[in-house]
Formats: sequence, C-alpha cells, structure tokens
Amino acid sequence: MEDNREVKISVKNLKKSFGDLEVLKDISTDVYAGEVLCIIGPSGSGKSTFLRCLNKLEKATAGSITISGCDILAKKTNINTVRENIGMVFQHFNLFNNLNIIDNLTLAPIQLKKCSKQEAIERARKMLKRVGLEDKATSMPHQLSGGQKQRVAIARALCMEPDIMLFDEPTSALDPEMVGEVLQVMKGLAADGMTMIVVTHEMGFAREVSDRVIFMDAGYIVEEGTPQELLSNPREARTIDFLNKVL
Amino acid sequence: MIKIITVYGAMLLTALSRTLLLALLGLFFACFIGMIFGIMGVLKNRACNIISQVFVDIIRGVPMIVLAFFIYFGVPYFFNTIIGGFSVSLTALQAGTICLALNCGAYMAEIVRAGIQSVDIGQMEAARSLGLTYSQAMRKVVLPQAIRTMIPAFINQFIITLKDTSILSVIGFPELVNTAKNVQANTFMSFQTWAIVGVMYLVVITILSRSAKVVERRLNVGRQ
Repeated sequence: MEDNREVKISVKNLKKSFGDLEVLKDISTDVYAGEVLCIIGPSGSGKSTFLRCLNKLEKATAGSITISGCDILAKKTNINTVRENIGMVFQHFNLFNNLNIIDNLTLAPIQLKKCSKQEAIERARKMLKRVGLEDKATSMPHQLSGGQKQRVAIARALCMEPDIMLFDEPTSALDPEMVGEVLQVMKGLAADGMTMIVVTHEMGFAREVSDRVIFMDAGYIVEEGTPQELLSNPREARTIDFLNKVL
Repeated sequence: MIKIITVYGAMLLTALSRTLLLALLGLFFACFIGMIFGIMGVLKNRACNIISQVFVDIIRGVPMIVLAFFIYFGVPYFFNTIIGGFSVSLTALQAGTICLALNCGAYMAEIVRAGIQSVDIGQMEAARSLGLTYSQAMRKVVLPQAIRTMIPAFINQFIITLKDTSILSVIGFPELVNTAKNVQANTFMSFQTWAIVGVMYLVVITILSRSAKVVERRLNVGRQ
C-alpha cells in the first residue's frame, strides 16, 4: 500500500457500548481516498455498528474519528455538514415511502440548498440513468423490486455528490437474482474511484472489487489485508473458522 | 312527537349548531395541543418527554365532567377569591372550549406520538444520513407518513369529542342536551324528546364518519 495516499477516514481506538454491552472494543484503522474496504465477520461482531459510527448514526463511546481532516466527534463539528459528504446505503433500502423516486433523489439536495430545483432534477435523472432506472422517475418505492429499490437508494446517496460511500449489507435483504444488479452498480462506483466501505457477506464482491478486507469478530479487528491474503491465506484461527463456514 | 318537532324543532336545531360550534372550536385547539404534546413525546429530550407524559396522564386521569367544573368554577374562584384581586370570569363557551381542547388534545397527543413511532426508524436514519436536520427529516419524511396512519384514530377521536360536548351541558352551555332538558321539562314528553335528540346526534355523526371514510380512502390512494 502506498503511503503517500491521502487518508480519508482515520479511526483511532474507537469504542462503542450499548448500556453494559460493549459492541466495539478497540477499533483503529485508516481508509485512503479511493480505497474500497470490505468488512466481513459473523453477525454481532460489530461491523454495522462500526459503519454507523462513521456518520454518527451511532455515537461512539470513546476514541476518535477523523473524516477528511474533520474530527466528527468534536462538539463544534456540525454533523449534518459532514454527512452531506458521506453517502449511506442501508440493508433495507429505506427509501422515503411518501415520495416518488425522483423526489426521493431530490429531497436532500433541494432542502440543503446544494443546488436549484432544476439542477437537482437534472442530476437525479442522470443518477437514475447511471443505475439503469431512468424510466422509474415517477414510480413510488413500493412499486419497485428490492434490487431496483437498492439501486435507487444508491442513486439517492450519489445525488449529494459524496466523496465517501458507506454500504451496510446492501444485498442481504435481496432475492438472490437481484444481488447481481446491485453489485454491478457498486463495481461501477469503485471503478470511478469512490472511497467505499462495504459491510458485506458477498465474498465474491470482496475478492473481486475491494482493495482491502477487514475481518471483525467480537468488537475487534481480528485480521486485515488484501483480499488475496485474507480470503485465500487467512492467518488467524477465527478468520479461518469463519471463512470455512461461509465459503 | 310532531308537536315537539313543530314547536321546538328550530330551537333544537339552533342547539345542535351550538354543539357543532363547540366541537369545532374544541377540535381546532385540540389539534394544536395534540401536535405539540405528541411531538414533545418523541423528541430526544427527557424534559419534553416528561412534560408530555404528565399532561396526558393528568387529563386522562380526570373525568371530563370534573375538568369542566374545575375550569368553569374552580379556576375563576382561584384567581378571584383565593389569590384575590382578579376578576376572571369565563363564559360557558370559553370554559367548554378549553375543556374539550385539553381533553381531546391529550388523546390526540397519544395518537400523534404513536403515529410517529410507528414509522420505521430507518426512514429517519436515511434522511439524517443525507445531511438533513432532525426537523427537516421529521417534516418532510416522517410526519407525512405518520399522519396517514393517524387518520383513522383522528376520526374516531373527532366523533368522541363531538359526543363529549354533551357533558358540557353541566356548565350551562345551551348545546343540544342542555336544550333538550328544557324541552323535556316543558313538555314532559321524555321519550319523544330524547329519541329526537338521539337521532339528531346519530345523523350528524353518521354523515361525518361517512365523509371521513371517503377522505381517508382518497388519501390512501397509491399507498402500500
């Protein structure tokens, strides 16, 4: 890994507890600009919680998170401004059920005055085209299939022109035949140089697309490395055990 | 029966219009009270939650007839005699409106709170993840979905409030029940009088609930 690359996200000694339950015990890692990082691990290992800490949907209990040079846990940091630059895609899509597709895409850009209404609509159409759904602009979310919903969710995040994208198990709630279309869109994003952190169970995607894979278990980063290293030659017993179960 | 209608019909209709006026005024203010306290109940602020809960508990825990006496007689007495130096007086319409607004408002607050909480948390999270503030997310995403789920409960509460105006006959507001008592006293025809009054309520409430159903159906077009 080249050292002269720009560090986009820097996490140091991150801890997160829900009441007495400590979910993240001591997480430190750096993510570089343009890097695609996949996080794998058994359920309950803290993968999603870690991801949600990065845009403060969960408030870290201790440690520090710096994104593009900005300490997001500092009191004076306006988290809303930080979030404008971090897109997030959820397992259950979370499209706004009261709005049609184009309004789902333009709501945030218009509300946050990123651009005029006209520009927002133009950009939304461009993003819909990018995910192959330009004909669905006036549909309601419930009229789409799971794979289409998730592609719209990605397009919605892209409309804010973020420089980081977080994916929280984006294909886990999809029927198997719809996984491919979503991964295809994500591959396109990766190829365009987007900084991506993907919590996933898709080992094929991790192997093919990611620059680095992190294996988490019980609130710790157990092992990390290139996909070849980690997925083909894991060193830690827990990693080997996990990979034997899923591969 | 015919005699009551011909002699007292106009009087009863006027009384009915006062019942409707009282219900409308009460509901109007109750909507604000319900929205404010309902939203206070879901805010991530302990003090707001407690205030909302205490308000709802107090109003729900006191029968409306007691509340009516308290507001109409008790509150002016408190200011004028216990504290002294005030000359507060409420008309029966004012006291009745306050009483209905508080009573109905408390129940509406619970409807609003439950409605907001019934919207999937993921909707709020997705909106916040895009950079929207809590209030933008609430106004543009959560509330529009919550209100749809609230509508049937609202309609139900409107009807209950309309019927509850009859309780306010005890503070002397000349609404339908109060007027009917006079008619009965004059004519001694209690069976006929109360049958007519019952039918009048029935007709109004049926019309209201039927038209509310139509509105509800319209709003639900295109819903999942």
